[in-house]
Amino acid sequence: MDKKRVLLFAAGALALPLIAMPALAQGAVADKWKWLTFLVFGTIIAVTMFVTYIAAKRVKTAADFYAAGGGVSGLQNGWAIAGDYLSAASFLGIAGLISLYGYDGFMYSVGWLVAYITVLLVIAEPCRNIGKYTLSDILAYRNDPKKARIVGALSTITVSTFYLTAQMVGAGVLIKTLIGIDYEISVMVVGVLMLAYVLFGGMVATTWVQIIKAVLLVCASILMVVLVWSQYGFLGDFLTSVVGDAKVQARVAALIGDRAKNLSAEQLGQIFLEPGLFLKVPLDQISLGMALVFGTAGMPHILMRFFTVPTAQAARTSVNWAMAIIGGFYVLTLFLGMGSAMKVGPTAIAAIDAGGNMANPLLAQSLGGGPDSLGGNLFMAFVAAVAFATIVAVVAGLVLAAASAMAHDLYVGVIRSEHVTPQEQVKAARIATIFVGAMAIVIGISAKGQNVAHLVALAFAVASSANFPCVLLTLFWRRCNTGGIVAGMIVGTLTAIGLVMVSPNLTYPKVIKTAAQKVVDGAPEKMAPITEALASGDAAKIAKAEKDKAALDKAVGAARANLEKFKGDDTSIMGLEKPWFELRNPGLISIPLGFLAVILGSLLYRDKRADEMWDELYVRQTTGILAAKAQAH
Amino acid sequence: MSAARTAESINWAAIDNDPRFQRLHSKKVRFLTSLMVFSLIYYFLLPIGAAYFTDVFKIKVYGVVNVGILFALSQFVVAWGIAFYYTAKARQFDAMAAELVREADKIGRK
Repeated sequence: MDKKRVLLFAAGALALPLIAMPALAQGAVADKWKWLTFLVFGTIIAVTMFVTYIAAKRVKTAADFYAAGGGVSGLQNGWAIAGDYLSAASFLGIAGLISLYGYDGFMYSVGWLVAYITVLLVIAEPCRNIGKYTLSDILAYRNDPKKARIVGALSTITVSTFYLTAQMVGAGVLIKTLIGIDYEISVMVVGVLMLAYVLFGGMVATTWVQIIKAVLLVCASILMVVLVWSQYGFLGDFLTSVVGDAKVQARVAALIGDRAKNLSAEQLGQIFLEPGLFLKVPLDQISLGMALVFGTAGMPHILMRFFTVPTAQAARTSVNWAMAIIGGFYVLTLFLGMGSAMKVGPTAIAAIDAGGNMANPLLAQSLGGGPDSLGGNLFMAFVAAVAFATIVAVVAGLVLAAASAMAHDLYVGVIRSEHVTPQEQVKAARIATIFVGAMAIVIGISAKGQNVAHLVALAFAVASSANFPCVLLTLFWRRCNTGGIVAGMIVGTLTAIGLVMVSPNLTYPKVIKTAAQKVVDGAPEKMAPITEALASGDAAKIAKAEKDKAALDKAVGAARANLEKFKGDDTSIMGLEKPWFELRNPGLISIPLGFLAVILGSLLYRDKRADEMWDELYVRQTTGILAAKAQAH
Repeated sequence: MSAARTAESINWAAIDNDPRFQRLHSKKVRFLTSLMVFSLIYYFLLPIGAAYFTDVFKIKVYGVVNVGILFALSQFVVAWGIAFYYTAKARQFDAMAAELVREADKIGRK
């Protein structure tokens, strides 16, 4: 125990100075106020470290490490699920999308809640009734245990790694944008903290870090929304303020271009509340919706959370709480996003981060009294720290999922054929955690500057196309067997990844160069009326022409930079000149293929055990007989 | 629950064939399937409607509030409603299962 305590303090002591290092680059927080941000960050780190220290004393067995000994209550687990699920992409990304694109951003958030209906109806309780620690435990119940564990673990590691990479890169970029700390240092701080939580406190500490983060996130959001309402009115009045706001109207005019000319200011504002400003490819939206609605139920780190509660009833309660928290949060996001569009303005938000990720922090700063006030900077520091805690909590859950797949499924289940002592199990779990944590840091640093936004979509695509069909059919279909599980996992994973590799998510130099060439070639033609206006002598016309000229120069500059960047390079990393598959989200194709593979694989393969075990599995998953035993004491 | 109960001591096939289990199974599967199908249809109406029935979404209902905003908000209410309905119904299933859990050792034993 003493060794653990020393290491834990070492991790905390290492993380704090790293984060307090003098910032070199300029972030959203002014230099003068950075001490305040560090103070709030430090407080949150100290609190979570203390929780980990308490938790470390309680983690003695593999059941403690992987499933918090099955001793988490439904309410606690509901908050922890929300904490596991509401990533920085939700807190910062969706509010940003709404602040820049209005209605489409809000519509995008709906699928993240609806996903939990699938979890509630068909996944949470059956999995609680028959599972132990991991996704593969469910697959191994009636299928060939070794084969099922291998494919289940590989898929868990794949999904977790994609999601983890996106989170680590996001953490680096976010902390740099917020307070200007170097990317590499940010990634290491997140990595070291997450390792400390998981390594020493296992699922107990991870659960509490997620609960603390979810409470902070919800409190920060409610506080901001109340302040927004007090300024812009409630519900209908609020939306009327949005439509009448000059910054919003200007944003819409800029987005729709020529169409704006014949519209009144009110009409422009109204368009912000209508679909079509951001989501242009309907099939892609449906495809993404499918990945969310089925993928969440196949996310290994979400599934794991259901093994921490003692009964199926508690699993049900936890999803209900999670849906209340997650849904409430996304409704608030509408007001946060549109509130920051009015208070800060889409142009100012996009100036700091093109994706709109800084909408919430900037809104907090503005609500607290502006960039020069103590209140504004304190509030912004708080929101930034919440975003930071968010990333660490999500990353901890993912690392635990990947580590459990390696230690519990691959090492204990496959290599050692379950013949291990309890001490060896915990040791294997900790070694796997260190390995995954180190891997996350290395991948995070080496992926610097890469476009990783599509990796989250890819994680959901694999979870929905491989994990979900396998879990659902092994739980509910009598004929399902090892052949189906192996085929479904392989086909689902490979089609999801394969389709993304040939989709518009990748960079296609030739397409970019063609577009850039067009801008460069078209410049003289566009310059003609500007030159004319500059010579006209009319002050108003000249002012507008100068603005246009600056915009044109910027566009041409960017186009030339692109031409230079991709010189002598015509194809994507897959060797394609243009995307072969037009959708960014593969779910529409890969989910049906995953299901088909499970069905065909099962029908073509003979597996006596899967058939013999069906009665036992089905009766147990439906009734919960023996469920209390699964806690393994 | 008896202390000696294990997966081997229970006659699973007999429980599966027990009329009480059959009734629970068919009720539960039918209920889950229809609720799942309803929730999927209701959700996918949102992206489909936004893309192909944009004019309907733009119709103003109250002040600046349009059909699209109300429909998107209704998604939250419907999702919570489904969870609430399911939870109420699941209590009935719990009660049906409780009897089987109690008698699991006796079923199929002569």
